[in-house]
Amino acid sequence: MGTGRNRMIIAVASGKGGTGKTTVAANLARVRGDVTLLDCDVEEPNVHLFISGEPQGEPEVVSLLVPEVDESRCDGCAACSNFCAFKALAVLDKRVLVFAEMCHGCGGCARVCPQGAIREVPKRVGVVETMGAGGVTVVQGRLDVGVAMAPPLVRAVKAHIPKTGDAILDAPPGTSCPVVATLRETDFVVLVTEPTPFGLNDLKLAVEVVRELGLPFGVVVNRADSSDDRVTTYCREASIPILAEIPDDRRVAEAYSRGELMVDALPEYRPLFEQLYTDIVRLLQNPLIAGVARASCPCFMGGTPMPRGALQGPHC
Amino acid sequence: MKIAFSTSGNDLNAPLDTRFGRAAKFLVYDTETQAFTLVDNTQNMSAAQGAGIQAAQNVAAAGAQAVVSGHCGPKAFRMLSTANIKVYTSNAATVAEALSQFQAGALTELTAANVDGHWA
Repeated sequence: MGTGRNRMIIAVASGKGGTGKTTVAANLARVRGDVTLLDCDVEEPNVHLFISGEPQGEPEVVSLLVPEVDESRCDGCAACSNFCAFKALAVLDKRVLVFAEMCHGCGGCARVCPQGAIREVPKRVGVVETMGAGGVTVVQGRLDVGVAMAPPLVRAVKAHIPKTGDAILDAPPGTSCPVVATLRETDFVVLVTEPTPFGLNDLKLAVEVVRELGLPFGVVVNRADSSDDRVTTYCREASIPILAEIPDDRRVAEAYSRGELMVDALPEYRPLFEQLYTDIVRLLQNPLIAGVARASCPCFMGGTPMPRGALQGPHC
Repeated sequence: MKIAFSTSGNDLNAPLDTRFGRAAKFLVYDTETQAFTLVDNTQNMSAAQGAGIQAAQNVAAAGAQAVVSGHCGPKAFRMLSTANIKVYTSNAATVAEALSQFQAGALTELTAANVDGHWA
């Protein structure tokens, strides 16, 4: 990665749900134009409500390889269940029970079985659908009803990130495995929040995740008004750049409720998203930032308070 | 026979925990000796998943032939059935009360899980 990149992968995430991840991701994609927009919120994909298009090909069925035990060869040694971190296998009275819905598909059980009694069989978890919407290619994962294992499907969606050209990822809300699966190996994370106590609390959790992953990031404050400045104060004190503030504008909510993109319904917001894109590119082209991110330098990671806009410590 | 009661305490007067997989421990009562042992289950209280499965393994390893708890989910039930451990539910406040219900034959044996799993 680093500078001189020929593609940029931006993830839009947030600790709290409903802060405007999809709004930011979809509007960013629209102003960018030639970009792949990937909906990684596979439990409830909603990008297609705002940017839709003609399906490109049949949905791709995604399966996970889960264990199947040949009881005639199994001697109940429990090597598999001892190995499995997810309790997808259990041994009772020398008999193996498989709980396929718990399996993350690592294949370790089959490897460690001394009897060669385990083979891996595909278990369907969902589909990946691709749509062409003008310059924007929309890729979305859709987890099957009743399936709880999102990360493998998130990875299948991310396999559609183009080799060249930019990609924008709409992450699931929260800070758990599906979010981490989305954020891994992206170049920049936009954390969307709102100026409320809940928004701030969950922003802090999300910041911990992106710092742990060593990714450069900035914050977008949605529904910004002047009544609560705790988010901006926190960002300043933690040396986190605020990339944009989307005003608390009722017309934005009305456009959203009609399934319209903000930049289409209210063109005066186009410059805000164009500037956001430009700023992200600028941050990533800054060799200090790019190098810092890869090296997980504590100065970028908020080790010492720095003024807003300062993105590296004095020693960098 | 040995009966495992889900509990948060250390003796017969302790509360019966209504949860099976995420109970802090099991009080395993031996009806022949009228003595009990405690089986730790705290490793499951914060388990991301599979608490019921592991708890079932714990009570099976303790040699219990019956479990008395508030609820039992599908994966735990499958495990316990495989181990030929009977599952009874009780709304008793304490382990002692649940034990007397059991000995009076007042508890009904579950023939299937009585709550949904937390995964799928």
